[in-house]
Amino acid sequence: VPRRVLDDEMLEDLEDLLISADMGTTTAARVAANLAEGRMGRRMSVREIKEALAAEIARIMEPVARPLPIYPTRPQVVLVVGVNGSGKTTTIGKLASQFRAAGKSVVIAAGDTFRAAAVEQLQVWGERAGVPVLTAPEGSDPASLAFDAMGRAQADGADLLMIDTAGRLQNRADLMEELAKIVRVIRKKDPDAPHNTLLVLDATTGQNAVGQVEIFQRISDVSGLVMTKLDGTAKGGVLVALADRFGLPIHAIGVGEQIDDLSPFDPEEFAAALVGLDGE
Amino acid sequence: MFESLSDRLGGVFDRLTKAGALSADDVKTALREVRVALLEADVSLPVARSFVKAVEAKATGAAVTKSVTPGQQVVKIVHDELIAVLTGEGDPGRLKIDNPPAPILMVGLQGGGKTTTTAKIAKRLKEREGKKVLMASLDTNRPAAMEQLAILGSQIGVDTLPIVKGEDPVQIAKRARTQASLGGYDVYMLDTAGRLHIDQELIAQAAAVRDAVNPRETLLVVDGLTGQVAVEVAQEFDERIGVSGVVLTRMDGDGRGGAALSMRQVTGKPIRFVATGEKVDALETFEPERIAGRILGM
Ligand SMILES: Nc1nc2c(ncn2[C@@H]2O[C@H](COP(=O)(O)OP(=O)(O)OP(=O)(O)O)[C@@H](O)[C@H]2O)c(=O)[nH]1
Ligand SMILES: Nc1nc2c(ncn2[C@@H]2O[C@H](COP(=O)(O)OP(=O)(O)OP(=O)(O)O)[C@@H](O)[C@H]2O)c(=O)[nH]1
Ligand SMILES: [K+]
Ligand SMILES: [Mg+2]
Ligand SMILES: [Mg+2]
Repeated sequence: VPRRVLDDEMLEDLEDLLISADMGTTTAARVAANLAEGRMGRRMSVREIKEALAAEIARIMEPVARPLPIYPTRPQVVLVVGVNGSGKTTTIGKLASQFRAAGKSVVIAAGDTFRAAAVEQLQVWGERAGVPVLTAPEGSDPASLAFDAMGRAQADGADLLMIDTAGRLQNRADLMEELAKIVRVIRKKDPDAPHNTLLVLDATTGQNAVGQVEIFQRISDVSGLVMTKLDGTAKGGVLVALADRFGLPIHAIGVGEQIDDLSPFDPEEFAAALVGLDGE
Repeated sequence: MFESLSDRLGGVFDRLTKAGALSADDVKTALREVRVALLEADVSLPVARSFVKAVEAKATGAAVTKSVTPGQQVVKIVHDELIAVLTGEGDPGRLKIDNPPAPILMVGLQGGGKTTTTAKIAKRLKEREGKKVLMASLDTNRPAAMEQLAILGSQIGVDTLPIVKGEDPVQIAKRARTQASLGGYDVYMLDTAGRLHIDQELIAQAAAVRDAVNPRETLLVVDGLTGQVAVEVAQEFDERIGVSGVVLTRMDGDGRGGAALSMRQVTGKPIRFVATGEKVDALETFEPERIAGRILGM
């Protein structure tokens, strides 16, 4: 096995590897520097280096790898937010199916009253998961739908109410205010709700994900993250920067378009894929 | 969120000589900052690398005029080079739609904005060029994808191919062609399901659609917030399906849009349009100056 001395040049290569996985320049530099500590000048094989790097990343990610917490509250309200097309609706379908399989009664509210056929899309997911979907006409106020859905889920004694929302970019103040209003209105029915606010991130997104978390958290009190589309070749390295900076739990990852394509976030697998160790 | 290139370089050049020309060392120091600025703007690493090389060659020895600082000089050289790379041949807004009915194929990853952009372009062709457009959804995969396009069609007053369940994408494409010919349409637009660039089966399916209709334009619709994977996506779609142009979506966001440079550099294909919102008229023709400024945070 060919070995190389861990020197500045090699360190730069490692940094580049991390940058190519969307980790961002600052976090990549820090992770590479952590790896170098106590190892500079040592002769290591590529595999050894990648393993050490993966271990370092897994160490950072370990504390944030936590499943969606389930509370005794009824209904536990799960609000799902994020930018356009990130995978919110699909993720709701997948989660609803998992909750059903765990014996929970679930209601979904189709809070995207804006996008063409958003309701129809969610209705299909509701059928697949065997869960009722509450709807309102296109163009109606999503906050009032959320309010009605709270009432209905409370009356039905549902274990979980999942609320879908329209995609919105975090720099769109008008749409972020609409989201803030949804949260306010939900709290009129239950001051502790939403019990979980999931921000759905797309793995192909680069550094803009940092701004997404920052602003969605400020507006809607994000309690956890889901990263979708990790079945592609994007590595989602920005999650490392996010873990570092926000420490929000990562509840699950999307790995496909089918109902079972939602997995727990596994720091070791994630780290191995990120540095290119998987399948070697 | 991130420092602009000018801010970065301002700091660096305070420490540098202010002689009459940019020395090789000055340029090297500056280009380290340029590289970071590009990477933070999500330009893919290999593209950032070759871009920096090109700038290095142009900047070394470049005269620094009295009216600008060395930092400003480098920013200008970088900015000009960005525009040079981003600028495609011809007018980006003019799609090849002679020989009616002209097929336009829309492809891309999941959730990038294909369906919305299909409607936006149809509306533009109808309103600006007086074209009679037919839209067809070949998305047999995503729930309610066909309904989504049908609703958009009725919003913008553009016909959509009637939905027939059970057909595969090639069959739908052929039916769209027939209907477009018989109905006297100028253009028919084929919206496809989202697919990963590494999904061999779905990529082959899109290639089969291409072979069936021979599109005049195949537009790759890409999220403007895309990170490092942009290069790979553009390369694979171009190699396997053949792309004639790129549409960047979600440019109403505050992303730096580095994917534009990555895509342009690796495919050499023009960026045609920039999509700036969910609404059906949020579509602009591509302007290299604006994206260049954005990538640099100016
Ligand atoms: N490959 C892959 N595709 C996914 C995944 N999750 C969602 N998708 C696809 O991404 C596209 C967008 O998903 P949606 O669930 O509609 O996203 P959304 O966030 O609800 O979108 P808007 O409501 O329009 O903002 C669809 O084509 C999904 O099938 C995933 O984990 N992997
Ligand atoms: N903010 C913003 N949203 C956009 C833009 N273009 C599309 N969208 C939104 O992005 C989401 C996905 O758009 P679609 O047109 O459904 O994307 P798609 O590529 O057809 O998705 P799939 O068919 O699932 O692969 C929707 O919520 C759109 O409203 C844009 O330029 N800006
Ligand atoms: K991946
Ligand atoms: Mg949705
Ligand atoms: Mg679509």
